[in-house]
Amino acid sequence: MHGYATPLRFGRILDAIYPWALAGVLVLAPVGLWMALVVAPPDYQQGDAARIMYVHVPSAWMALFVYLVMASGSAAALIWRHPMAEITARAAAPLGAAFTALALLTGSIWGKPMWGTWWVWDARLTSMLILFFLYLGYLALHEAFDDPERGARAAAILALVGVVNLPIIKFSVDWWNTLHQPASILRIGGPTIHPSMLWPLLTMALVFKLYFICVLVLRIRLLLAERRLASLGVERG
Amino acid sequence: MRLRKRQRLLLVVLVLLLGAGSAALVLAALGEKVSLFVSPSDLVARPLEPGRSLRLGGLVEPGSVERGADGEVRFSITDGAHSVPVVYRGVLPDLFREGQGIVTQGRLEAGGVFRASEVLAKHDENYMPKEVADALKRSGHWKDGAVEAQR
Repeated sequence: MHGYATPLRFGRILDAIYPWALAGVLVLAPVGLWMALVVAPPDYQQGDAARIMYVHVPSAWMALFVYLVMASGSAAALIWRHPMAEITARAAAPLGAAFTALALLTGSIWGKPMWGTWWVWDARLTSMLILFFLYLGYLALHEAFDDPERGARAAAILALVGVVNLPIIKFSVDWWNTLHQPASILRIGGPTIHPSMLWPLLTMALVFKLYFICVLVLRIRLLLAERRLASLGVERG
Repeated sequence: MRLRKRQRLLLVVLVLLLGAGSAALVLAALGEKVSLFVSPSDLVARPLEPGRSLRLGGLVEPGSVERGADGEVRFSITDGAHSVPVVYRGVLPDLFREGQGIVTQGRLEAGGVFRASEVLAKHDENYMPKEVADALKRSGHWKDGAVEAQR
Protein backbone atom coordinates (compact mmCIF):
# COMPACT_ATOMS: atom_id res chain seq x y z
CA MET A 1 0.00 0.00 0.00
CA HIS A 2 2.88 2.35 0.69
CA GLY A 3 3.95 1.82 -2.89
CA TYR A 4 1.29 4.42 -3.74
CA ALA A 5 2.56 6.80 -1.10
CA THR A 6 4.95 8.53 -3.46
CA PRO A 7 3.61 11.45 -5.47
CA LEU A 8 5.05 9.92 -8.64
CA ARG A 9 3.15 6.60 -8.46
CA PHE A 10 0.04 8.35 -7.20
CA GLY A 11 0.29 10.89 -10.01
CA ARG A 12 0.40 8.10 -12.57
CA ILE A 13 -2.82 6.60 -11.25
CA LEU A 14 -4.46 10.02 -11.38
CA ASP A 15 -3.30 10.48 -14.98
CA ALA A 16 -4.86 7.14 -15.90
CA ILE A 17 -8.25 7.94 -14.31
CA TYR A 18 -8.67 11.55 -15.35
CA PRO A 19 -9.31 11.27 -19.15
CA TRP A 20 -11.97 8.57 -18.65
CA ALA A 21 -13.79 10.52 -15.99
CA LEU A 22 -13.63 13.70 -18.05
CA ALA A 23 -14.90 11.90 -21.17
CA GLY A 24 -17.71 10.42 -19.07
CA VAL A 25 -18.81 13.86 -17.87
CA LEU A 26 -18.64 15.41 -21.34
CA VAL A 27 -20.74 12.61 -22.86
CA LEU A 28 -23.18 11.91 -20.03
CA ALA A 29 -23.87 15.44 -18.75
CA PRO A 30 -25.82 16.52 -21.87
CA VAL A 31 -27.56 13.12 -21.98
CA GLY A 32 -28.51 13.33 -18.30
CA LEU A 33 -29.76 16.91 -18.56
CA TRP A 34 -31.77 16.06 -21.66
CA MET A 35 -33.32 13.04 -19.91
CA ALA A 36 -34.07 15.09 -16.78
CA LEU A 37 -35.43 18.22 -18.43
CA VAL A 38 -37.08 16.84 -21.59
CA VAL A 39 -37.66 13.08 -21.49
CA ALA A 40 -38.75 12.67 -17.84
CA PRO A 41 -42.47 13.32 -17.38
CA PRO A 42 -43.74 15.95 -14.93
CA ASP A 43 -44.73 14.57 -11.52
CA TYR A 44 -48.44 13.92 -10.89
CA GLN A 45 -48.47 16.26 -7.88
CA GLN A 46 -45.60 18.66 -8.28
CA GLY A 47 -45.64 19.07 -12.06
CA ASP A 48 -42.39 20.42 -13.48
CA ALA A 49 -41.16 21.59 -10.08
CA ALA A 50 -40.16 17.98 -9.35
CA ARG A 51 -37.34 18.32 -11.89
CA ILE A 52 -35.20 20.08 -9.29
CA MET A 53 -34.68 16.65 -7.74
CA TYR A 54 -32.39 15.72 -10.66
CA VAL A 55 -29.93 18.20 -9.16
CA HIS A 56 -30.98 18.07 -5.51
CA VAL A 57 -30.80 14.31 -4.94
CA PRO A 58 -27.41 13.71 -6.66
CA SER A 59 -25.97 16.69 -4.72
CA ALA A 60 -27.21 15.29 -1.45
CA TRP A 61 -25.83 11.82 -2.25
CA MET A 62 -22.48 13.36 -3.16
CA ALA A 63 -22.48 15.41 0.03
CA LEU A 64 -22.54 12.15 2.01
CA PHE A 65 -20.23 10.22 -0.34
CA VAL A 66 -17.54 12.93 -0.37
CA TYR A 67 -17.62 13.03 3.41
CA LEU A 68 -16.97 9.30 3.42
CA VAL A 69 -14.00 9.84 1.08
CA MET A 70 -12.71 12.62 3.31
CA ALA A 71 -13.11 10.62 6.52
CA SER A 72 -11.48 7.47 5.05
CA GLY A 73 -8.56 9.55 3.80
CA SER A 74 -8.26 11.19 7.21
CA ALA A 75 -8.28 7.81 8.98
CA ALA A 76 -5.60 6.42 6.65
CA ALA A 77 -3.54 9.58 7.18
CA LEU A 78 -3.81 9.28 10.96
CA ILE A 79 -3.09 5.56 11.17
CA TRP A 80 -0.57 4.90 8.40
CA ARG A 81 0.75 8.46 7.99
CA HIS A 82 -0.13 8.02 4.34
CA PRO A 83 0.63 11.43 2.76
CA MET A 84 -1.48 10.84 -0.36
CA ALA A 85 -4.50 9.89 1.77
CA GLU A 86 -4.14 13.17 3.63
CA ILE A 87 -3.96 15.12 0.38
CA THR A 88 -6.98 13.28 -1.05
CA ALA A 89 -9.02 14.12 2.05
CA ARG A 90 -8.00 17.77 1.91
CA ALA A 91 -8.71 17.95 -1.83
CA ALA A 92 -12.19 16.48 -1.34
CA ALA A 93 -13.32 18.77 1.48
CA PRO A 94 -14.27 21.95 -0.45
CA LEU A 95 -16.03 19.81 -3.07
CA GLY A 96 -18.12 18.15 -0.38
CA ALA A 97 -18.94 21.55 1.08
CA ALA A 98 -20.06 22.75 -2.36
CA PHE A 99 -22.29 19.68 -2.93
CA THR A 100 -23.84 20.14 0.52
CA ALA A 101 -24.50 23.82 -0.16
CA LEU A 102 -26.08 22.91 -3.50
CA ALA A 103 -28.33 20.31 -1.85
CA LEU A 104 -29.42 22.79 0.85
CA LEU A 105 -30.01 25.55 -1.68
CA THR A 106 -31.99 23.50 -4.22
CA GLY A 107 -33.98 21.92 -1.39
CA SER A 108 -34.86 25.36 -0.10
CA ILE A 109 -35.96 26.58 -3.54
CA TRP A 110 -38.15 23.48 -3.88
CA GLY A 111 -39.47 23.75 -0.33
CA LYS A 112 -40.94 27.22 -0.75
CA PRO A 113 -43.59 26.31 -3.37
CA MET A 114 -44.12 22.68 -2.24
CA TRP A 115 -44.01 22.82 1.55
CA GLY A 116 -44.78 26.50 1.92
CA THR A 117 -41.51 27.38 3.65
CA TRP A 118 -37.86 27.91 2.71
CA TRP A 119 -36.54 26.23 5.82
CA VAL A 120 -37.75 24.20 8.77
CA TRP A 121 -35.67 22.83 11.64
CA ASP A 122 -36.54 19.18 11.11
CA ALA A 123 -34.02 16.40 11.69
CA ARG A 124 -33.05 15.93 8.01
CA LEU A 125 -32.47 19.59 7.23
CA THR A 126 -30.68 20.29 10.49
CA SER A 127 -28.34 17.29 10.18
CA MET A 128 -27.53 18.34 6.61
CA LEU A 129 -26.67 21.85 7.84
CA ILE A 130 -24.40 20.27 10.48
CA LEU A 131 -22.67 18.33 7.69
CA PHE A 132 -22.02 21.65 5.93
CA PHE A 133 -20.52 23.09 9.11
CA LEU A 134 -18.36 19.96 9.54
CA TYR A 135 -16.87 20.58 6.09
CA LEU A 136 -16.25 24.23 6.92
CA GLY A 137 -14.77 23.29 10.30
CA TYR A 138 -12.43 20.79 8.64
CA LEU A 139 -11.21 23.43 6.20
CA ALA A 140 -10.82 26.04 8.94
CA LEU A 141 -8.91 23.69 11.28
CA HIS A 142 -6.43 22.96 8.50
CA GLU A 143 -5.48 26.63 8.40
CA ALA A 144 -5.71 27.26 12.13
CA PHE A 145 -2.21 26.08 13.09
CA ASP A 146 1.19 27.51 12.23
CA ASP A 147 2.47 23.98 11.82
CA PRO A 148 0.54 22.53 8.85
CA GLU A 149 1.06 18.99 10.10
CA ARG A 150 -0.73 19.74 13.38
CA GLY A 151 -3.52 21.43 11.46
CA ALA A 152 -3.91 18.37 9.25
CA ARG A 153 -4.09 16.09 12.28
CA ALA A 154 -6.68 18.20 14.10
CA ALA A 155 -8.81 18.41 10.96
CA ALA A 156 -8.55 14.65 10.41
CA ILE A 157 -9.82 13.99 13.95
CA LEU A 158 -12.76 16.33 13.38
CA ALA A 159 -13.55 14.48 10.14
CA LEU A 160 -13.59 11.17 12.05
CA VAL A 161 -15.82 12.47 14.84
CA GLY A 162 -18.22 13.84 12.23
CA VAL A 163 -18.73 10.40 10.63
CA VAL A 164 -21.47 9.75 13.18
CA ASN A 165 -23.55 12.39 11.40
CA LEU A 166 -23.80 10.28 8.20
CA PRO A 167 -26.17 7.57 9.53
CA ILE A 168 -28.11 10.29 11.35
CA ILE A 169 -28.69 12.12 8.05
CA LYS A 170 -29.62 8.93 6.21
CA PHE A 171 -32.04 7.58 8.82
CA SER A 172 -33.34 10.90 10.23
CA VAL A 173 -36.46 10.60 8.09
CA ASP A 174 -37.18 7.12 9.50
CA TRP A 175 -36.30 7.72 13.15
CA TRP A 176 -38.24 10.94 13.65
CA ASN A 177 -41.16 12.88 12.24
CA THR A 178 -39.72 15.23 9.64
CA LEU A 179 -41.14 17.54 7.02
CA HIS A 180 -38.68 16.04 4.55
CA GLN A 181 -40.14 12.97 2.85
CA PRO A 182 -38.67 9.49 3.52
CA ALA A 183 -36.25 7.84 1.10
CA SER A 184 -37.62 7.12 -2.38
CA ILE A 185 -34.82 4.96 -3.75
CA LEU A 186 -32.56 3.33 -1.14
CA ARG A 187 -35.37 1.82 0.90
CA ILE A 188 -36.66 -1.58 1.92
CA GLY A 189 -39.30 -2.66 -0.61
CA GLY A 190 -37.74 -0.98 -3.64
CA PRO A 191 -37.90 2.52 -5.09
CA THR A 192 -41.16 4.45 -4.97
CA ILE A 193 -40.18 6.47 -7.97
CA HIS A 194 -41.42 5.60 -11.44
CA PRO A 195 -38.73 4.18 -13.81
CA SER A 196 -39.32 7.06 -16.25
CA MET A 197 -37.97 9.37 -13.52
CA LEU A 198 -35.56 6.95 -11.86
CA TRP A 199 -33.32 6.52 -14.91
CA PRO A 200 -32.72 10.24 -15.49
CA LEU A 201 -31.99 10.56 -11.77
CA LEU A 202 -29.45 7.72 -11.78
CA THR A 203 -27.80 9.15 -14.91
CA MET A 204 -27.48 12.54 -13.22
CA ALA A 205 -26.05 10.83 -10.13
CA LEU A 206 -23.39 9.18 -12.32
CA VAL A 207 -22.59 12.55 -13.95
CA PHE A 208 -22.15 14.11 -10.50
CA LYS A 209 -19.86 11.29 -9.39
CA LEU A 210 -17.67 11.51 -12.51
CA TYR A 211 -17.54 15.29 -12.20
CA PHE A 212 -16.38 14.88 -8.60
CA ILE A 213 -13.60 12.51 -9.72
CA CYS A 214 -12.44 15.00 -12.37
CA VAL A 215 -12.28 17.96 -10.00
CA LEU A 216 -10.80 15.82 -7.24
CA VAL A 217 -7.92 14.80 -9.53
CA LEU A 218 -7.33 18.43 -10.50
CA ARG A 219 -7.32 19.52 -6.85
CA ILE A 220 -4.96 16.71 -5.82
CA ARG A 221 -2.57 17.75 -8.60
CA LEU A 222 -2.76 21.33 -7.33
CA LEU A 223 -2.00 20.32 -3.74
CA LEU A 224 0.88 18.09 -4.89
CA ALA A 225 2.35 20.97 -6.90
CA GLU A 226 1.99 23.30 -3.91
CA ARG A 227 3.75 20.77 -1.72
CA ARG A 228 6.60 20.48 -4.17
CA LEU A 229 6.94 24.26 -4.31
CA ALA A 230 6.97 24.41 -0.51
CA SER A 231 9.68 21.74 -0.35
CA LEU A 232 11.71 23.80 -2.82
CA GLY A 233 11.37 26.75 -0.48
CA VAL A 234 9.01 28.80 -2.63
CA GLU A 235 6.41 30.70 -0.60
CA ARG A 236 2.76 30.15 -1.44
CA GLY A 237 1.56 33.29 -3.19
CA MET B 1 4.96 11.31 21.91
CA ARG B 2 5.19 8.87 19.07
CA LEU B 3 2.55 6.22 18.82
CA ARG B 4 3.01 3.01 16.95
CA LYS B 5 0.78 2.08 14.03
CA ARG B 6 -1.36 -0.35 16.04
CA GLN B 7 -1.90 2.16 18.79
CA ARG B 8 -2.92 4.80 16.28
CA LEU B 9 -5.40 2.37 14.70
CA LEU B 10 -6.89 1.69 18.14
CA LEU B 11 -7.05 5.42 18.80
CA VAL B 12 -8.98 6.03 15.57
CA VAL B 13 -11.42 3.23 16.39
CA LEU B 14 -11.81 4.71 19.87
CA VAL B 15 -12.57 8.16 18.45
CA LEU B 16 -15.24 6.64 16.18
CA LEU B 17 -16.80 4.66 19.04
CA LEU B 18 -16.80 7.63 21.41
CA GLY B 19 -18.31 9.83 18.70
CA ALA B 20 -21.05 7.29 18.01
CA GLY B 21 -21.64 6.69 21.70
CA SER B 22 -21.99 10.35 22.64
CA ALA B 23 -24.26 11.02 19.65
CA ALA B 24 -26.43 8.05 20.63
CA LEU B 25 -26.70 9.31 24.22
CA VAL B 26 -27.58 12.85 23.13
CA LEU B 27 -30.20 11.62 20.68
CA ALA B 28 -31.64 9.16 23.20
CA ALA B 29 -31.91 11.99 25.75
CA LEU B 30 -33.60 14.27 23.23
CA GLY B 31 -35.87 11.42 22.16
CA GLU B 32 -39.11 12.55 20.62
CA LYS B 33 -38.10 16.21 20.93
CA VAL B 34 -36.11 15.75 17.72
CA SER B 35 -39.34 15.05 15.87
CA LEU B 36 -40.75 18.03 14.05
CA PHE B 37 -44.36 17.32 14.92
CA VAL B 38 -46.69 15.14 16.99
CA SER B 39 -49.51 13.03 15.58
CA PRO B 40 -53.13 13.07 16.77
CA SER B 41 -52.50 9.70 18.47
CA ASP B 42 -49.57 11.24 20.39
CA LEU B 43 -51.93 13.95 21.62
CA VAL B 44 -54.40 11.34 22.82
CA ALA B 45 -51.68 9.27 24.49
CA ARG B 46 -50.02 12.28 26.17
CA PRO B 47 -52.56 15.11 26.51
CA LEU B 48 -51.09 18.62 26.68
CA GLU B 49 -52.50 21.55 28.61
CA PRO B 50 -54.32 23.98 26.27
CA GLY B 51 -52.40 27.04 25.09
CA ARG B 52 -49.07 25.36 24.51
CA SER B 53 -47.53 25.90 21.10
CA LEU B 54 -46.81 22.75 19.13
CA ARG B 55 -46.65 21.28 15.65
CA LEU B 56 -49.30 18.78 14.70
CA GLY B 57 -48.87 16.52 11.68
CA GLY B 58 -51.01 14.03 9.79
CA LEU B 59 -53.32 13.69 6.83
CA VAL B 60 -56.10 16.13 5.98
CA GLU B 61 -59.17 14.01 6.67
CA PRO B 62 -61.13 13.53 3.41
CA GLY B 63 -64.47 15.37 3.50
CA SER B 64 -63.52 17.53 6.47
CA VAL B 65 -62.42 20.73 4.70
CA GLU B 66 -64.86 23.63 5.14
CA ARG B 67 -64.02 27.08 3.87
CA GLY B 68 -65.77 29.82 5.83
CA ALA B 69 -66.91 33.08 4.26
CA ASP B 70 -64.45 35.06 6.40
CA GLY B 71 -61.42 33.24 4.98
CA GLU B 72 -61.27 30.78 7.83
CA VAL B 73 -60.59 27.15 6.89
CA ARG B 74 -61.71 24.28 9.09
CA PHE B 75 -60.49 20.73 8.61
CA SER B 76 -59.41 17.70 10.60
CA ILE B 77 -55.98 16.15 10.83
CA THR B 78 -56.01 12.38 11.13
CA ASP B 79 -53.43 9.62 11.42
CA GLY B 80 -55.94 6.87 10.78
CA ALA B 81 -56.57 6.18 14.47
CA HIS B 82 -57.49 9.60 15.87
CA SER B 83 -58.27 13.00 14.42
CA VAL B 84 -58.04 16.59 15.67
CA PRO B 85 -60.17 19.50 14.40
CA VAL B 86 -58.10 22.43 13.09
CA VAL B 87 -58.99 26.08 12.42
CA TYR B 88 -56.72 28.15 10.19
CA ARG B 89 -56.81 31.60 8.64
CA GLY B 90 -54.19 32.29 5.99
CA VAL B 91 -52.62 31.09 2.77
CA LEU B 92 -52.55 27.33 2.22
CA PRO B 93 -49.68 25.69 0.29
CA ASP B 94 -50.34 24.44 -3.24
CA LEU B 95 -50.20 20.80 -2.19
CA PHE B 96 -52.92 21.24 0.46
CA ARG B 97 -55.86 18.97 -0.32
CA GLU B 98 -57.92 16.23 1.25
CA GLY B 99 -55.80 13.19 2.01
CA GLN B 100 -52.58 15.21 1.85
CA GLY B 101 -49.97 14.98 4.59
CA ILE B 102 -49.49 18.32 6.33
CA VAL B 103 -47.70 19.81 9.32
CA THR B 104 -49.32 22.68 11.19
CA GLN B 105 -47.91 24.99 13.82
CA GLY B 106 -50.33 26.37 16.39
CA ARG B 107 -51.97 26.06 19.79
CA LEU B 108 -54.48 23.66 21.21
CA GLU B 109 -57.47 25.61 22.50
CA ALA B 110 -59.83 24.61 25.24
CA GLY B 111 -62.36 22.22 23.73
CA GLY B 112 -59.73 20.34 21.78
CA VAL B 113 -59.69 22.58 18.69
CA PHE B 114 -56.25 23.26 17.23
CA ARG B 115 -55.79 26.88 16.07
CA ALA B 116 -53.05 26.81 13.41
CA SER B 117 -50.88 29.81 12.61
CA GLU B 118 -48.95 28.04 9.85
CA VAL B 119 -49.76 25.13 7.53
CA LEU B 120 -46.99 23.30 5.65
CA ALA B 121 -47.59 20.54 3.11
CA LYS B 122 -45.61 17.37 3.61
CA HIS B 123 -44.67 15.75 0.37
CA ASP B 124 -44.53 11.95 0.24
CA GLU B 125 -41.83 9.79 -1.29
CA ASN B 126 -43.87 8.77 -4.35
CA TYR B 127 -42.81 10.18 -7.70
CA MET B 128 -44.69 9.20 -10.85
CA PRO B 129 -46.14 10.66 -14.04
CA LYS B 130 -49.78 11.77 -13.99
CA GLU B 131 -50.89 8.90 -16.27
CA VAL B 132 -49.46 6.31 -13.87
CA ALA B 133 -51.20 7.98 -10.92
CA ASP B 134 -54.50 7.94 -12.80
CA ALA B 135 -54.04 4.28 -13.75
CA LEU B 136 -53.32 3.36 -10.13
CA LYS B 137 -56.45 5.20 -9.00
CA ARG B 138 -58.55 3.35 -11.60
CA SER B 139 -57.19 -0.07 -10.63
CA GLY B 140 -57.79 0.59 -6.93
CA HIS B 141 -54.17 0.30 -5.84
CA TRP B 142 -53.88 4.00 -5.09
CA LYS B 143 -52.10 4.86 -1.84
CA ASP B 144 -51.78 1.35 -0.51
CA GLY B 145 -50.50 2.07 2.96
CA ALA B 146 -50.47 5.81 2.36
CA VAL B 147 -50.91 6.66 6.04
CA GLU B 148 -47.86 4.58 6.82
CA ALA B 149 -45.88 6.36 4.12
CA GLN B 150 -46.93 9.80 5.32
CA ARG B 151 -46.07 9.03 8.93
